[in-house]
Amino acid sequence: MSLDRADVEKIAHLARLEVEPDDMAAIAAELSNILELVEQMNAVDTEGVAPMAHPLHMVQRLRADEVTETNRREAFQAIAPQTEAGLYLVPKVIE
Amino acid sequence: MHTKNISELAAGLRAGEYSSVELTRHFLERIRRLDGGLNSFISVCEDAALAMARAADERLQRGGAGPLTGIPIAHKDIFCTQGLKTSCGSRMLDNFIAPYDATVVERLKRAGAVTLGKTNMDEFAMGSSNETSFYGPVRNPWDGDAVPGGSSGGSAAAVAARLTPAATGTDTGGSIRQPAALCGVTGLKPTYGRVSRYGMIAFASSLDQGGPMTASAADAALVLQAMAGFDERDSTSAEQPVPDYGAELEHDLAGLRIGLPREYFGEGLDAAVAESVEEAVGEYRRLGAEVVDISLPNTHLAVPAYYVVAPAECSSNLARFDGVRYGHRCEDPKNLEDLYKRSRAGGFGDEVKRRILIGTYALSAGYYDAYYLKAQRIRHLISDDFKHAFDRVDVIMGPTTPGTAFRIGERTDDPVSMYLSDIYTIAANLAGLPGISIPVAPVDGKPVGLQIIGNYFAEARLLNVAHKYQQVTDWHTKAPEGYL
Repeated sequence: MSLDRADVEKIAHLARLEVEPDDMAAIAAELSNILELVEQMNAVDTEGVAPMAHPLHMVQRLRADEVTETNRREAFQAIAPQTEAGLYLVPKVIE
Repeated sequence: MHTKNISELAAGLRAGEYSSVELTRHFLERIRRLDGGLNSFISVCEDAALAMARAADERLQRGGAGPLTGIPIAHKDIFCTQGLKTSCGSRMLDNFIAPYDATVVERLKRAGAVTLGKTNMDEFAMGSSNETSFYGPVRNPWDGDAVPGGSSGGSAAAVAARLTPAATGTDTGGSIRQPAALCGVTGLKPTYGRVSRYGMIAFASSLDQGGPMTASAADAALVLQAMAGFDERDSTSAEQPVPDYGAELEHDLAGLRIGLPREYFGEGLDAAVAESVEEAVGEYRRLGAEVVDISLPNTHLAVPAYYVVAPAECSSNLARFDGVRYGHRCEDPKNLEDLYKRSRAGGFGDEVKRRILIGTYALSAGYYDAYYLKAQRIRHLISDDFKHAFDRVDVIMGPTTPGTAFRIGERTDDPVSMYLSDIYTIAANLAGLPGISIPVAPVDGKPVGLQIIGNYFAEARLLNVAHKYQQVTDWHTKAPEGYL
């Protein structure tokens, strides 16, 4: 599968990554090379082979729905780019 | 002091030959004097280290000290360390002071180990040469023009140059074993789930695993002992008892069955590296092991499947870096979408972006079955290859890497050729198996690694097999010129 400029634009938007227009062509070529490597998988018939999600086939462990962590809002917000009155600030979303 | 192993250092502390403060100062001084040319550390925490060393000295006096009490260690900068910068090698986290300790860090602290600092690494552990770090490449102490390998390149170089007796690393596709091989140190990737991932910044969650990097297998056993064990804060942590890793080190190897996969000795393997590995296998024959030819027929599919699974999981894990709660934020965002897009574009380097894009594509509507699901099926085939092999043999041996350390800059323009340097290490991650790399006879003055892969939770066996070799050879005691 070879990707073109429009594909990269679409993927970059899905990934919320700004890509400079000048870099599009080079990125499309690099990604296409990687896909070429990846597509060696297609030479193998995997009909009837179960996908392996966990190396040890374990099931997800669940814990009781109880509060286990203490409130550390101040410590966590001390490293945030912008906060006010205990809230994280972002540009206005609703006019 | 820097030429002693951890047990010897611990004995020296107990005998009062030196204090932990003196030992810590010795390594801090070496870092100051020697790391300028290597760049193996991103941050060094002198004050915190000396405070920990003083506490260790008290504990050594008072009683209750363990084998790591007062022993200096460095952490790969992927492990969160409370109050210390934790950058993950990225501009995105250049301003990130971790608000908590990773379980691995917490456990090693509890054992009394002294944190010297945080080691350099490929950005978000994505790389095989340490060249993708925001903080610049690390140089291989054996050859300043060569890479140390990656992604745990800083840890490997620091241990090789004897700037620290031990370091932590993480391994998603070979990131402990490959740099261990290229720098001539011992590096162990445990079974998936053996060491907690809590506080270890996630790259590909179904593959990531932390482990020790040291000068010898006996040292690795001591560090793993402190790192390993069930952690309820990691949902994929294995609920398996932790054996005494030191207890089996001396077990006799007579009758050990070693499998040599023919796929690991084929095209692409440097002839001199092959010879060095075969010589090491010969040493095992002399130790009484039996060597058997085996086949892992789906080996060639490991790299392709990995470059779907790892980027897919990376694209999902790295979605958390949004410029809102921590990390890099762009200047003057126009709106929320602009904030996300430009913060991420400015915070991530090229290789990380490449993997996010590939992963996003592989998971996008209409492609999931063809890529991610297909790769997970292939993962099953690879895992079955190992299962069949372990019906016949106790351990699998081969080269850790196809060649010795390559030149800085040599592969940066060709991501695919870089990816192929992990051709022998990736399969163990896909299957979740433990693997260790130990130094064997060098080629042209550059280290060569022997990889030993074991069955699930067979870390004690791997350490035993590695240790017995290190008792009859001295490659692991060699340090590069200028660092002894």
